Amino acid sequence: MKLLSLLVVVATLSINPIAKAEEAAVTNVNPGGLTTIRGAAPLEETREAERLKRVIKDKNPIARNYVHQPPVVPHQTRGYRVDLNSNKCLTCHSWKHAAETGATKISLTHFETRDGKTLSDVSPRRYFCSQCHVTQADAAPLVENTFEPVESLGNE
Amino acid sequence: MLKNMWTFLKSPSSAAMWFILAIGFAGGIIFWGGFNTALEVTNTEEFCISCHEMQDNVYEEYRETIHYANRSGVRATCPDCHVPKKWTDKIVRKIAASKEVWGKLTGLIDTREEFVDHRRAMAEREWKRMKDNDSLECRNCHNFEYMDFTEQGNRSVKMHSDALASGEKTCIDCHKGIAHELPDMKGVENW
Ligand code: HEC
Ligand code: HEC
Ligand code: HEC
Ligand code: HEC
Repeated sequence: MKLLSLLVVVATLSINPIAKAEEAAVTNVNPGGLTTIRGAAPLEETREAERLKRVIKDKNPIARNYVHQPPVVPHQTRGYRVDLNSNKCLTCHSWKHAAETGATKISLTHFETRDGKTLSDVSPRRYFCSQCHVTQADAAPLVENTFEPVESLGNE
Repeated sequence: MLKNMWTFLKSPSSAAMWFILAIGFAGGIIFWGGFNTALEVTNTEEFCISCHEMQDNVYEEYRETIHYANRSGVRATCPDCHVPKKWTDKIVRKIAASKEVWGKLTGLIDTREEFVDHRRAMAEREWKRMKDNDSLECRNCHNFEYMDFTEQGNRSVKMHSDALASGEKTCIDCHKGIAHELPDMKGVENW
């Protein structure tokens, strides 16, 4: 019985100092407190997520800002699958369908392989449309941007 | 002849005959009611996804689409799109569906791979059915007469006021894959 209580005392004594040290370590960590474009967020806190932005439902093509810019997508693409079996984008934007649907035709560069050979259909490296073309949301820019499009693109 | 019949029915010895008629009548009602109840039970989403073939594949895919979750909370369930509302058509579809039970019993689709391999054949039958009935199931909810073009996107208005309004095309011609993933679309018209 005595031995047991002695053991308990030793055990508590040996645990306590460690716990104290850990507590001290936590309070000594620099919480960051830097303000980034995502706002100020101390390290130990998880900031609340921003509200999701709404994607533009449908509007006319958006002008490009520089030569060779992949044009951005001016409409929703929810549920549009692009996979091994089917490519929803091409059901409107392919050369076959563009005239009927009024969609912008894909560029001829999309038929070219990496080493410049022209194929008879879309090149695999250009198949996954949303790798380059992204939908737009009506969101304010996170940082000020003074970029001016080249004059030849006729962008205001 | 008729008179003979009547005297026979009036006689006590015809009691058995009356009994049979009564049973037949009551049985008819019960059978009919039971039949329709069975029809109703088998016309629910729970019933459809009681088979893993439906649950693990098409149901999981459909849960990501607009007919499962959307801003207004109105849902289209499996039978809304796949089982005709009109009684006669419904019976025809139900009888055709005995093929599904057979497929279940014989293990036609045991794995995801088997489902995917079989998808083109199933999808084609479904497209043909909807093409033949002018996408009736879609139209049960989406009535062209009440589509407000000022509320639709530019692309929708263009396509709907053109090929759809003229009757040249029907919903399923343009809206394939609205609720599930698609099979290999090689050779499918407009893809
Ligand atoms: C007994 C299990 C089972 C149930 C319950 C079930 N299915 Fe199926 N379903 C299958 C199988 C197996 C197939 C493949 C049949 C074939 O192609 O021969 C199938 C195929 C289908 C097809 C493709 C039809 C075609 O013409 O190829 C559709 C559509 C379908 N099911 C919808 C439904 C709907 C809607 C319900 C609920 C009313 C439902 N299923 C309930 C097992 C089931
Ligand atoms: C049970 C009723 C019902 C049936 C049947 C139905 N739908 Fe719908 N559908 C809806 C509702 C409700 C919405 C809109 C939900 C919202 O936007 O809030 C919708 C939305 C849509 C959309 C808009 C998609 C988007 O991303 O904005 C399309 C396209 C569509 N349905 C096509 C179809 C087709 C094709 C069929 C037939 C195969 C069909 N629907 C059958 C109720 C139905
Ligand atoms: C000629 C092709 C075509 C036909 C036929 C067609 N649609 Fe559409 N529909 C489109 C296109 C293109 C869009 C816009 C792009 C998208 O939503 O994917 C669209 C959009 C829609 C939308 C969303 C509308 C919006 O802008 O919010 C609904 C709902 C819809 N269709 C239902 C139907 C129904 C129901 C039928 C049959 C009565 C039908 N469509 C027939 C091509 C068609
Ligand atoms: C908005 C209408 C709609 C709803 C809701 C819907 N389906 Fe479908 N389903 C279709 C259409 C259209 C097809 C034809 C193939 C395609 O275009 O994807 C199809 C095809 C199928 C197929 C054939 C295999 C395939 O993927 O093409 C099966 C099986 C099926 N549906 C079962 C179901 C079950 C089970 C449910 C409920 C969980 C359901 N569907 C809900 C419209 C719908």
